[in-house]
Amino acid sequence: MVSVESEAQGAAMVIPTSVKVLVAGGFGAGKTTMVGSVSEIPPLSTEELLTEASTDVDDLVGVEEKTTTTVALDFGRITINPEIVLYLFGTPGQNRFWFMWDELANGAIGAIVLVDTRRLDSSFPSVDFFERRKIPFIIAVNCFDDAHHYQTDEVRQALALSAEIPILMCDARERESSKQALVRLVEHALSRVPATADGAR
Amino acid sequence: MSEPDDRWFDEAAGPLVRPYAMTRGRTRPGNTDLDLATQVVTVWTENDSGSLSPEHQAVIELCRTPLSVAEVAAYVDVPLVVVKVLLSDLIERGDVVARAPRMANNLPDRNLLQAVLDGVRRI
Repeated sequence: MVSVESEAQGAAMVIPTSVKVLVAGGFGAGKTTMVGSVSEIPPLSTEELLTEASTDVDDLVGVEEKTTTTVALDFGRITINPEIVLYLFGTPGQNRFWFMWDELANGAIGAIVLVDTRRLDSSFPSVDFFERRKIPFIIAVNCFDDAHHYQTDEVRQALALSAEIPILMCDARERESSKQALVRLVEHALSRVPATADGAR
Repeated sequence: MSEPDDRWFDEAAGPLVRPYAMTRGRTRPGNTDLDLATQVVTVWTENDSGSLSPEHQAVIELCRTPLSVAEVAAYVDVPLVVVKVLLSDLIERGDVVARAPRMANNLPDRNLLQAVLDGVRRI
């Protein structure tokens, strides 16, 4: 990496360091809502271009047909202090965009997996992804008004989660509720760092 | 003498400037370490910016205060891959410096996590 902060002219310029938190979950689980409720700026949206070779077989032998797809990415920010900025990224909901999850997850503190109990199965891919990569995550059950309210034990069982994964009920529209989910995630991530791994800083 | 407005294209035709035209056809940044959350900031240089494209100049203006790659892409309104190419050019020229996310090596850092925890409790 071009870690050239020492070269930065202009005496007191501080380049903040950034940390990432992912907000995952199935389509419509409330990811963008949660990002928006805790972000200090209105959620921003950007696009990634995805160029894929067409898989169709056609008559134009030797002519590669390519299509460009765009994947929208919503995110927000929280300035922790002058040196640290936290970014909350909503993960693209469709499974075919896994390639983007890798960049998103690289170096992330962890993930909040938002669960809609009416569509539990849509959260399985997110849970699998973070389990397999050993990325700390918590489950936040987004309590939609018209959804049946389950106990955390029922959710744990339905998602086949081990006992140490925190599960909490939330309302992604509420800033305080989303904040609690974020606090719980960072506590969980911190609890997984062995004291011996304490940085020398 | 004014020509009649006979444009054959409309909104549905999509953007008239293809995204990669801004990058002169390059689809990969020279600097491939740019993460979505990498912080970038403009530094004052004597470099002549006159030869730069309007998009490069827009990025330089925007990054007078530190921003993430993702924010720059959102504000300049270009796809991420395009902004990475633009930023990579500017880093190479020395107009912009970058700082990788702290945990880019995936090593958890208790002090960092504690600072983040204190911060999110305050919001």
